[in-house]
Amino acid sequence: MELQQEVEQFLYRQSELLDTKQWQAWIDLFADDGVYWMPADPAHEHWDGVPSIFAEDKNLMAVRMKRVLHPDAWSQRPLWGTNHVVSNTIIESYDSSEVIVRSRFHMMELRRDDVRHFAGAYRHHLRKTAEGYRIKLQRVDMTNAQAAYDYVLQVWV
Amino acid sequence: MLQERVPDLSRRLSEFVEPDRVRREVYTDPAIFELEMQRIHERVWIYCGHESQVPKTGDYYAVQIGRQPMVMVRGAHGKVNVLYNRCPHRGNLMVGDRYGSSGEFFRCSYHAWTFHHDGRLRSIPMMESGYAGTPYGKDHPDCSMKRAARVENYRGFVFASLSPEGPSLKDFLGEARVAFDDMCDRAPQGEVEVVPNCFRVIQKSNWKIFLENQLDALHPSVTHQSTGRAAHEVEKEIEKKTGHAPLSYHMLSAFATVTIDKWDNFQTLNYPHGHCILTGYMGLRPKDPDTLAYEKTLIDAYGQKRMEEILGVNIHHVLIYPGLSVQSPLQQLRAVRPLGVDRTLTEIWHFRLKGAPEAIYRRSLAYYNLVNSPATLVNADDLENFWKCHQGLSSEGGDWVSFARHFGRDIQNGERVETAANCGTSEAPMRNQMKAWARYMAAQ
Repeated sequence: MELQQEVEQFLYRQSELLDTKQWQAWIDLFADDGVYWMPADPAHEHWDGVPSIFAEDKNLMAVRMKRVLHPDAWSQRPLWGTNHVVSNTIIESYDSSEVIVRSRFHMMELRRDDVRHFAGAYRHHLRKTAEGYRIKLQRVDMTNAQAAYDYVLQVWV
Repeated sequence: MLQERVPDLSRRLSEFVEPDRVRREVYTDPAIFELEMQRIHERVWIYCGHESQVPKTGDYYAVQIGRQPMVMVRGAHGKVNVLYNRCPHRGNLMVGDRYGSSGEFFRCSYHAWTFHHDGRLRSIPMMESGYAGTPYGKDHPDCSMKRAARVENYRGFVFASLSPEGPSLKDFLGEARVAFDDMCDRAPQGEVEVVPNCFRVIQKSNWKIFLENQLDALHPSVTHQSTGRAAHEVEKEIEKKTGHAPLSYHMLSAFATVTIDKWDNFQTLNYPHGHCILTGYMGLRPKDPDTLAYEKTLIDAYGQKRMEEILGVNIHHVLIYPGLSVQSPLQQLRAVRPLGVDRTLTEIWHFRLKGAPEAIYRRSLAYYNLVNSPATLVNADDLENFWKCHQGLSSEGGDWVSFARHFGRDIQNGERVETAANCGTSEAPMRNQMKAWARYMAAQ
């Protein structure tokens, strides 16, 4: 149960960093070789070499962060905020160095006067380090991924 | 309302489009939108898809042409057909999914009428007793699925026209054919294959706003400067650490490093029917081992001289009016499907060069993911501008959209209108598109 709670707290903290727009702190949760991946096709098993909605290492995450923080990122000007709820946390496997954990998320987004909802499954591949868990791979299978996007996604879900 | 406005509109079309400016209603009036669907999208050649999307007999893809739900299907003897997605019996959509396999024939989910893949009626339950004494049956035209008036294929790219009249696909495309030639020629085997994934993004703006942006060389360094600068900063950090940053960073940082004045060095070539080519080197021929290995495959296939010609083609974007934007050097295309006067769907695909090394595909993939995915680092700011444009054009704050930049300096070269030297940011492509638009709209 201790592991369950530890992992849940990690997932909650990660989503809180997104909702409070603490982009650098969010990126810091990833291992140096960590990858954030949202597959374009749920059947894909590896992020490399296939079309993806997101397939970002820390360098690309830095580009995205610097872009949204730039004063001339026009699309970032309007009122915009998100609210994540993370739940259904299931520990898939663990050993002394790594934990693989699945969970479900629901994200509500407000942009100007428009509300959008996104939901799906996370699968985190967490590495234990002296500083706590670091994400080796976060897979995001969004249920909406196959539908047409009304506008686009600006940051990670 | 439409019936009243149509004849009126035809008389007044010249009042909507002037050589260097356009009335705002052209973008915002629902009656004009309806007329555009009739007179442009449902008449001219519209891109349906690539034949590799439907590799096996019975494979289909649903596609919207103007307001018409169509289905592209692989039929007998490998032929790709385009049919109205409608059962002739009671009007049911024949296929309800975006894509799939219909098996050996289409079968309506309502009353089990079945059809061959070319649309001909195959069977009706208890047909002989049910239709005894009526003219209906296999030979009656009202009992078959209606076919698109014309279907043609250029190097694997399938187009349909819902009008029996008009130029052939080849004549319609004219020199804009280079979009497909450049894409296919870059493959050592001379053809491309679709990567089976379509990113679909909706823009809350009129379809023409998207098309006008495609070859607008003034906008990239303004709209996309945040992405360009962010990518440039990270690119420099990577170079400091490892000596070499991936080419994808260069594709993004170019939005900052190619400053606004440098875009005048580009050129646009404008053609009848509204098509346009933006020339410009995309930085895709570095001297790295991957590129050299790829050049070798082209030399083996075509010889040194032809390889130089193929890789020397200097294209940034090709616009095929009214519904396709192609980036041939990176094997990407965006098909435009108008959903309403203020809503436009883009369907975004990319392709593999048959016979080219995996590393070259990875460049195309990187661009597809970074620029064209629904989490795009680039188009988010375009879409924001398109929405703002549409909102502004819906207001009474002004009646005109201006396309006057470098007006009067275009060079007429036969059928082609070229921008003059150092006029790459000319609004010639928009003037050319609206000229084609007015011609299409005036035709009864």
